[in-house]
Amino acid sequence: MSDTTSATPAEKLTKKQLKADKPTWCPACGDFAVLASFFNVVQKLGIPHEKIVCVAGIGCSSRFPYFVNTHGIHFIHGRALPLATGISLSRPDLHVFVFGGDGDGFSIGGNHLNHAARKNVNLSYVVMDNFVYGLTKNQTSPTTPIGQRSKTDPRGAIDRPINPMAQLVSSGATFIARTHAAQVKHMNEMFERAILHPGFAVVETLSECTMFNPGSFDDSIPRKGGVFDLVNEEEQDLESVAAAMDLSQDLSPGKFGVYYETKRPTKNELEREWLTDARSKIGDLSERDLLRQRFASMR
Amino acid sequence: MSQTASPPAASSDLRNAVIRLAGDSQDGIQSVGAFLGQLAGTTAQEVMTYMTIPSTISGGPSIFQVHLGSGEVLHPGDRADTLVAFYQHSYDGHLDTLKDGGICFYDSDNVEELKDERGIIHIGVPFTSATIEAIGGSAKSRGKNIFVLGLLCAVYQLDREKMTGIIAKKFGRKSEDILRNAMLAFDAGYAWPVHDIEHMPMAPGENDAANRISTDGNTMISLGLIAGGCRFGAGYPITPWTTIMEFLRTELPKYNGMFIQCEDELAAVSLALGASYSGHLAITGSSGPGLALKSEALGYASMAELPLIVVNIQRGGPSTGLPTSVEQSDLLQAIYGSHGDAPRIVLAPKNVEDCFYTALEACRLAKEYSTPVFILSDQAIATRLEAFEEPDLETHWQDPELDLSERGADFKPYPLDQLTRHSPPGARSSEGKYPVVTGLEHDEWGHPSGNPLNHEKMTEKRRNKLVNLAKSLPLPEIHGEKGGSLLLVGWGSTYGPIKEATDRLNGLGHKVGSINIRHVHPLPDGLGELFEKYDHVLVPEMNDSGVYGYGQLATLLRGKTCNPKIESVNKVQGISFRVLEITDAAEALIKG
Repeated sequence: MSDTTSATPAEKLTKKQLKADKPTWCPACGDFAVLASFFNVVQKLGIPHEKIVCVAGIGCSSRFPYFVNTHGIHFIHGRALPLATGISLSRPDLHVFVFGGDGDGFSIGGNHLNHAARKNVNLSYVVMDNFVYGLTKNQTSPTTPIGQRSKTDPRGAIDRPINPMAQLVSSGATFIARTHAAQVKHMNEMFERAILHPGFAVVETLSECTMFNPGSFDDSIPRKGGVFDLVNEEEQDLESVAAAMDLSQDLSPGKFGVYYETKRPTKNELEREWLTDARSKIGDLSERDLLRQRFASMR
Repeated sequence: MSQTASPPAASSDLRNAVIRLAGDSQDGIQSVGAFLGQLAGTTAQEVMTYMTIPSTISGGPSIFQVHLGSGEVLHPGDRADTLVAFYQHSYDGHLDTLKDGGICFYDSDNVEELKDERGIIHIGVPFTSATIEAIGGSAKSRGKNIFVLGLLCAVYQLDREKMTGIIAKKFGRKSEDILRNAMLAFDAGYAWPVHDIEHMPMAPGENDAANRISTDGNTMISLGLIAGGCRFGAGYPITPWTTIMEFLRTELPKYNGMFIQCEDELAAVSLALGASYSGHLAITGSSGPGLALKSEALGYASMAELPLIVVNIQRGGPSTGLPTSVEQSDLLQAIYGSHGDAPRIVLAPKNVEDCFYTALEACRLAKEYSTPVFILSDQAIATRLEAFEEPDLETHWQDPELDLSERGADFKPYPLDQLTRHSPPGARSSEGKYPVVTGLEHDEWGHPSGNPLNHEKMTEKRRNKLVNLAKSLPLPEIHGEKGGSLLLVGWGSTYGPIKEATDRLNGLGHKVGSINIRHVHPLPDGLGELFEKYDHVLVPEMNDSGVYGYGQLATLLRGKTCNPKIESVNKVQGISFRVLEITDAAEALIKG
C-alpha cells in the first residue's frame, strides 16, 4: 500500500495507543505474534492514527479489529476483501489492512481473492494460515494437509489442499510473501514491505493453532528441529511469474520470504484516471448544472 | 402539432392511439418506439410504452407498444388501434391484440394469409423492398424501422419537423452515411401512398409543462441517485437491473464518483458497504436472484447500521424464471429476505417519473436512519418510456457529504437513545479511541456483547427506527371517492391500470377510490382507519395469491390491519394488468 503521503507528519504512535480489547485467542496462539508485529510496523512507519483501517471477515484471526485501537470493521465470512476494496477505492487517503484466516480467504472467500489480486487493489492483506477451522472447533480447512484428522475428517483429510502461493501468483497479486508467526523479525520485515508496496500485497503467515493443530509448523522452527529456509533474493528473479511458480511447488515446509514483487497500475489509479479525465472534459460546470445539462439533452 | 401554437382540436382528432410494433428484436422496433416516445415528450403529449424482449442472445420475436395520448396516459394500452407486423409470425401472433376495426400495416414482402375478421383494415406495404429501393441496393433491409416510423408519422400527422430533428440528433452522432440513409428511409415511409384510410391526426397535447423529458425508469432511478448525493456503487450484470449499472458506471465519474463492476453479487454488496462504511452514500442493486445472493450482507447492514441504497428491478421468478418479464413477487424478499430480525426500509416507485423522487427519498432515509433502503421497481417501469416534467434541481438536489469532523468524548457508534451516526475512517477521535463497526451483537461502544437484555434493547432500537418512520409518513393520496363501496390498493407499476380502473368504475356509477403505496415497508400509520371507510378493499398485484389466498402486499395489509375485508386479485403472466381485469374483479367483489 502506498499513497502514504500525508499532509501533516503523524505523531509517533505508542503501543498503548494502538492496543484495544484484550485478545480472546487461546493461550500461545500464533496470532498474538502477528498482532505484536503489526503494532511494531505501524509504529515504525508513522501512519496517522485515524487513517488506519483494520478490516476482517469471520474466524479466529478475523477478530483482529477488536484488538487494535484504530478504525475497524468486522464483516461477514469471506467478504473482507471486497469490503476493503470498497474502502480503498472510495477513500484513497486511508491505509487499508485486511486480516483473516485460511477458511475466510481460500475457501468461502476464494473467488474474491482472485479478483482483488487481478485488479491490484491498493491494500495489505495478512492471511493467518493455521490449516484448520478453529473458531468452529476443528474442522478440515482448505489448507489442511492430506491425512490430518479433524472432526469432519475423522479418518484424515482426503482432499488435496489449496496451494495459496501458486494461486496468488496465477491470479496476479503484485506482492506475494510468506512468513511465519514464530519468526518475528522476518514477519516484521514482510509486513513492512507489504505496506510500502503500491497495490495488492499479501503476506501468507503460518500461525499455529495450539488448540487443534499443535506442532503443525515445527518443521520450519529451528529450535524445534525444523529449518527456516529463506528465499535467496540475490538469485531469485522477483518479477518472474515462472520463478515464483517454481518456488510455490513445495510448501512443506517450503521457503519463506518474498516470492513475487512487481509494479502494475493499481485499480485505484486506473479508476482515478478515468474520473480525472471525465472531470477535465466538464470544466467548471457544477455537479448540479451537469445534471441539468443531462436533463436538457433528454427533452 | 406544435407546442407553441396548437390549433383547436377538430372533434374528429384522435385523443389516444395505441400502436403495437411486432417484429424481431434486431429490427430496431424499439428505436421506432423510442422515437415516438421522445416526440411525444416534445409535443406536450403523454406517452407510455411497453416492450417485450426475448431472453435470447440475439434475435427472436419482440414487440414494442406505444400509447400516445393528448391527455393523461396511465397504461401502455389494453388493445392496439394499429398493429405493424414485420413478419408472418408477428402477424399471426399479434392480430388478436388489435381492437375490432383496427388497422394492420404489414410488410407485404413477408406476410401472407390475411385473415378477414372483426372488420380489421389490412394495409400491405412492402417495408423491406421499399426501404431497399429508397436507400440503395446495398442496404439489405436495414432501415425499414425508420421507413415504418415515416409511415406512422404521416398516418397520425405527427410533427414531421420535430421528428426529423430527433432522428438527426440520434444518427448524426454516428456518421453522415447512416444519417442520410435514415432520412431517405423516413421520407420514403412518410411519402408512401396509403389509400385505404384517411389520415388520423392526433389532437394537440395538453401537457403544457415547460421542460418535458422522456426516458425510462432505470435512467430516472440513476439520475435520482445522483441528485440524492449517491456517488459510489457496485454491481453485477443481471437483467433488467443492468442498465442502471451501465449508466452509473459511465456517469458517476463525471460527478466525482465511481461505480465498480464486481466478480459477483456478494462482492458488489460488500464493495458498496465498504464505501458506505467509509462515509459515502453508496448503492448496489440487482434483480430477484441477485438480491437473494446479497441477503447475508444486507442482514449485516441492518445489524451494523450502515446506510445503503439497494435497487431491485423485479422480474418473473423464482430462479431464472422469466428474466425479461414483469412481476411483483419480490416484495416479501425485499422486506424480510435476510436472517434474524433485520429491519429495513422498502420504497416502490409507481411510474417512470416517480423513480426519480423515490430514489431521492431513499437517499434521504438511508442517511437519516443509517440503514439499508430498498428501491423496489420492476421490469415494466425499468424499460418503458414516459414523458413528464423535468425535475426541478433547485429543490431536488443534495450535495454529497463526507463528514470527517473530529468526534468528541461523548461519541458512541451505537447509542441506545439516539440514531446511529458513524464515525468514518479518517475522522479523528479527541479521546484517541476508535470504533469497530460490527455484525456481532454489540454494546453502545461497539464491543461484542452476548448480554441477553442488551440484544433485546439493540433489536428494539433497530426496529424502532421503522416504527418512528411509519408515524411520520403521509397517507397515500386517494384517487376517486374518499369512501364508498370499494378501495383499490396497489403498489409499484400497477398504479396506472388501477387509476384508470377507478375512473371507469366510478363512470359506471360505483363509489370507488384507489391508493398507491410508495412506502411498502414500513407501511404508513392510518391505513386501517382508511380501509374502514369502504365496504371492500381489493389489492391487485402481479404475484401469486399463495397458499392462503392473498398476494404479498395483501398479506401484509391483513397482518397490519386485521381487516378481513381485504381481498386479492393476482396476475402472474409476466405482463401488466389490463384495466379490464381489474374492473372485472372489482365489480365481482362489489356485486358479491
